[in-house]
Amino acid sequence: MPYIPLQEHLPGITGLLEYRKDTAEPIRELTQFLLRGPNSLSEAERELIATVVSSGNNCTFCTTAHTAAADRLLGESNTCNMVKENIETAPLGNKMKALLQIADKVRENGKLVTPELIQKAKQSGASDLEIHDTVLIAALFCLYNRYVDGLATTLPDENSYYNQLAERLVLHGYTRLPQGYDHLKKNNSI
Amino acid sequence: MAYIQVEEQVPGIRSLVLFRPETGKYLYQLVQLLLRGNHSLSEAERELIAAYVSHRNGCIFCTNSHAAAARCLYGSAAFIVDEVLINRTFGCISNKLKFLLQIAGKVQLSGEAVLLEDIAAAKNAGASDIEIHDTVLIAATFSMFNRYVDGLASFTPNDDAIYTEMGKRMVEKGYQLPEQPNK
Repeated sequence: MPYIPLQEHLPGITGLLEYRKDTAEPIRELTQFLLRGPNSLSEAERELIATVVSSGNNCTFCTTAHTAAADRLLGESNTCNMVKENIETAPLGNKMKALLQIADKVRENGKLVTPELIQKAKQSGASDLEIHDTVLIAALFCLYNRYVDGLATTLPDENSYYNQLAERLVLHGYTRLPQGYDHLKKNNSI
Repeated sequence: MAYIQVEEQVPGIRSLVLFRPETGKYLYQLVQLLLRGNHSLSEAERELIAAYVSHRNGCIFCTNSHAAAARCLYGSAAFIVDEVLINRTFGCISNKLKFLLQIAGKVQLSGEAVLLEDIAAAKNAGASDIEIHDTVLIAATFSMFNRYVDGLASFTPNDDAIYTEMGKRMVEKGYQLPEQPNK
């Protein structure tokens, strides 16, 4: 049971974003720009950052949702599974590994990001903008994870919810659906 | 020295949002709504929550700037800010704010650390659902800002007078995206 009254058909973050729509808007727009905006990091790579941070923060809803989104974008689930286990041994290039290591430190505390880690990312070809966006995505998911778990939002009843959510995140993105979310009500599904 | 090429001598979050105004504008919109929008919690109380979380995260820039804003807003009761941040004593604030700060402190650690009993204590002390919601979201938002500011090693001034001025500006002008400096 969530700690505040949220719409029952909206598990995880969606119920919170519908609870206070005015604060939801900049959070949604920021996420849309960071994860879907023009960027030299692919959408899949940016979803991996979100996944690694959410997984490290032990946030089940966010981890499952962003894993599903990353898997869909990558067309396979091996990379995401491996990266959650161990960044260093995951099948990724050195730049991405270095960026994910920065993200993982940001997750613990910003002050843990060392000049050596930044140097490693730059030597592997990461630009200032990529480093900036990695840090901000990691920080943003520290917000999301705390928001979702701090108010004890519910998990979806069925795992298929995450697949539908991932489809929405890939095809539509992070902005509010123009028609809202009433179609997710159980007896009303289309 | 910041880890990325931002404007030198521009402190903390300002240097970062000038580097990337496309994301900065949403960050400022969010904090303006949360800390300056109409609310049953006063601006001083909300700045205190922001400073409290930043202090617990060890983010000196955010702690000093939001503590300065809170002192400015509390006026003759500015001592409350040091009581809470430095002495960790809560006798000078209402029970409701004390329990909301306790929730914010849990959120700083992890969302999962917030327990039903923490929420019940705040509700028994008169906290409304929206006050609990906003406390959690402010604490989560500053868990983001603190990591952004420290994760990129942005410039942190160490002169108290600079923060006093900053606090005044945050109270008078609110949170508006800074303009690009002319070159």
